[in-house]
Amino acid sequence: MSQDFNPQILTFACNWCSYAAADLAGVSRFQYPPNMRIIRVMCSGGINPNYILKAFEKGADGVLVSG
Amino acid sequence: MNKKNVSLYEEPRIGVFVCDCGSNIAGHLDCADVAEYAKTLPHVVYTKENLYTCSESGIGEIKKAIQEQNLNRVVVASCSPRTHQPLFSSSCAEAGLNPYLFEMVNIRDQCSWVHMGKRADATQKAKELIRMGVAKSAGLEPQEAIESSLIRRILVIGGGIAGLSAAQALSDMGLEVILVEKTPSLGGLLQQVNRLDTGKTARETLDEIIGDVRSRSNITCHTSATVQETGGYIGNFNVKIDTEKGMLEEMVGCMVVATGAVPLIPEGLFGYNGKTVISLMELEQKLAKNDLSAKRVVFIQCAGARMAGREYCSRICCLIGVKNAMLIKEKYPLTDVRILYRDMQMYGTYKEQMLWDARGKGVRFDVYSPENAPVVADGKVKFFQTITGKTLELDTDLVVLSTPLVPRKDSAALANMMRVPTDQNGFFLEAHAKLRPLDFAADGVFVCGSGRYPATSTEARTQGIGVASRVAAILFKEKLVKSAIVAEINPESCVGCKACLTMCPYEAITYDPGKRICQVNEILCKGCGNCAATCPSHSAQLRGFKPDQLLAQIGAA
Repeated sequence: MSQDFNPQILTFACNWCSYAAADLAGVSRFQYPPNMRIIRVMCSGGINPNYILKAFEKGADGVLVSG
Repeated sequence: MNKKNVSLYEEPRIGVFVCDCGSNIAGHLDCADVAEYAKTLPHVVYTKENLYTCSESGIGEIKKAIQEQNLNRVVVASCSPRTHQPLFSSSCAEAGLNPYLFEMVNIRDQCSWVHMGKRADATQKAKELIRMGVAKSAGLEPQEAIESSLIRRILVIGGGIAGLSAAQALSDMGLEVILVEKTPSLGGLLQQVNRLDTGKTARETLDEIIGDVRSRSNITCHTSATVQETGGYIGNFNVKIDTEKGMLEEMVGCMVVATGAVPLIPEGLFGYNGKTVISLMELEQKLAKNDLSAKRVVFIQCAGARMAGREYCSRICCLIGVKNAMLIKEKYPLTDVRILYRDMQMYGTYKEQMLWDARGKGVRFDVYSPENAPVVADGKVKFFQTITGKTLELDTDLVVLSTPLVPRKDSAALANMMRVPTDQNGFFLEAHAKLRPLDFAADGVFVCGSGRYPATSTEARTQGIGVASRVAAILFKEKLVKSAIVAEINPESCVGCKACLTMCPYEAITYDPGKRICQVNEILCKGCGNCAATCPSHSAQLRGFKPDQLLAQIGAA
């Protein structure tokens, strides 16, 4: 894999834990690469597999489900 | 509230508000550029950059634009919806827009603050996040908040000091209480106790509170009664109570579990025989009857606690041991009293003082280690004195085992019936040890007293009063209003496969055998959407997070 590969990552984050943690990362000024997009869901258990397939179909290089 | 009626077929008119948050956002990305970009997005008819969107002037801009620009969707790109969505969506409602037609984009906590010094990248990411939010918002549907009635009557299970205190405090506030006690008499564990650490006898304290509770017209006490069945939801629980007069069916708004705990009977521990080796509770009885002839008394703390199979500290036995040691010393100053302990749990300033007072009265304290636990045999207590490294043999007339409180055997069945959890030790488990110590995770169900964890009588009373205030916060509202972000099941397409029913963690879905479909109880639903992810026909959907809405958001990423 080349050094300049910049993967596009789509994250589904649970409102009650991971999304809050992502907020906390911001409040704590943790720095991370800007190639991740977070979609807020009310529970990671509510993520339909179709959503993940859709993300790949639309060109995501990685999907992170966090909850 | 005059809500704007937005038809699903009406062309979306989206307003996007980009917040600078002073320099918190604008300092790390180009907000003007982001706002300019937002104008190019589908259905966006208005954009505005605000210094602080949450300020009075920022809110004013949103309200003005809703009316002047005839917006039917509002997107705010600023901080986190976890903190600011309620403010913005209620502002939309004030301007006449249905609050569920609001969407928030997080460009501060999850963008500007985490990509500092990468202005171009952060600006680009903010644009994309807004594009995603706008795409989702176009598909949002108006919703009505869910409202439900509240019955101002409370079921309190358990007539010990915690339940009595809760009943008393609830009655003080004018609420009706049904108090259910399993045994024939009120008072719970305190009926076996001699004197409290307050100096009063337990009987005096109990008589006072029981007399008061009995005298109140808005408290109904059922003794020798048990709760057989509970159903329903916050505000409208239906319960069946088996009483001496037969089965009663009642409706209540909230339920309180105050079932307490029981002292461990130390069978097989330290030569327990109930005569010369007794439990702390048996000592209480002896002291109450003035039936103490022993001249040499040894207390062994942590008897049956903090060991394999019962790891927890019962927390109150140190206090009770010290209290009784002092009572013995006060009444029989020549009696030799020793307390063998592992760690002294005398928390708080006043209990700490008690410990010093006990030393002052001549009570002797010695540490033992569980590896070298004391051995009781033939009127002697043999123990390894950790401080001197010597093994001592103490002649004794009476050994008192300070045993922990343990959960009631039937509390698991009660937990099961009420759908509330217990911890690894079998005590009832509150929603959050620090933030919601008296609530269960299930709405409208509360816990107080030693059923939750061993508590002193003072703590049990405080918890009972605390529960009353938690209940009042719910029942004094005119009606229960909750967010409309719950699941719905399309009755037209549901085939009644019950996949959702098995997935629902809140038992909010029921099967209607007549219609052969599954249905959501909106009050019980917590809006997790597990049913939606499971439903093979997409009949179950979570409002505000429907497939069309999320797929649009994903597609715009």
